[in-house]
Amino acid sequence: MVPESYYVALSAVLFSIGVVGVVIRRNPLVIFMSIELMLNAANLALVAFGQRIGNLDGQAVVFFVMAVAAAEVAVGLAIIVTIFRVRRRLSVDDLSVMRW
Amino acid sequence: MAHVAFFVIAAIAVGSALGLILRPNAIHGALFLVVNLGSVAALYLMLGAEFLAAAQVIVYAGAIMVLFVFAIMILIPGKEESGPDPRRGARIVALPVGGLLMLLLVFVIAARWNAPRGSAAAVGRLLFTSYLFPFELTSVLLLAAMVGVMLLARRRA
Repeated sequence: MVPESYYVALSAVLFSIGVVGVVIRRNPLVIFMSIELMLNAANLALVAFGQRIGNLDGQAVVFFVMAVAAAEVAVGLAIIVTIFRVRRRLSVDDLSVMRW
Repeated sequence: MAHVAFFVIAAIAVGSALGLILRPNAIHGALFLVVNLGSVAALYLMLGAEFLAAAQVIVYAGAIMVLFVFAIMILIPGKEESGPDPRRGARIVALPVGGLLMLLLVFVIAARWNAPRGSAAAVGRLLFTSYLFPFELTSVLLLAAMVGVMLLARRRA
């Protein structure tokens, strides 16, 4: 039986990689995927904690995180596509204003 | 045995996450993310969360990643991030900051640390009893997201 702390440590590693991805990349799609990575790491930690405590509430919360992530991806990608239609470029360095 | 499996899967997860943030090509990143999501699903199985492992593969690796791949193919015609980086400073600072964050999280959480099974039936019972209201809110959220996406993506005539 692998101790739950290993899972939480792995979750911390994945979360940190996601943070670095958001900082160093310029493509909004890749930044978005890094955010998914972080959400996923948080989910892993929630499941591990829930396993440790011995109830299923952590897993229920992960279910809601998944639903929110799905909604977030749909809206976020629509925003990126709309920005691309206006700007014809895809780099977050260009996106310092919401309205032009 | 379980330890070996955990470390193999963890190595795959970390490697694919690094691939996602280091490969310049976005479509490679998306495929790396699929591998990462799959390995996390395997970890869910090891933790006994069967329902979540299935939901992870269906929702994340299925629906969400298909959306990502579509968006990448529509928006980036085979192009990589090119040209000199206007923010080199961020790139240099990112590694120590990320490493520090990782060490902090690992040590703080794992140091202070010293189980039922998540079958679909058990999680479903929980979702439809104590989490019934958030569950219904989720459907409203998804509906709002759907309407919002249609509004955003519609071509203004």
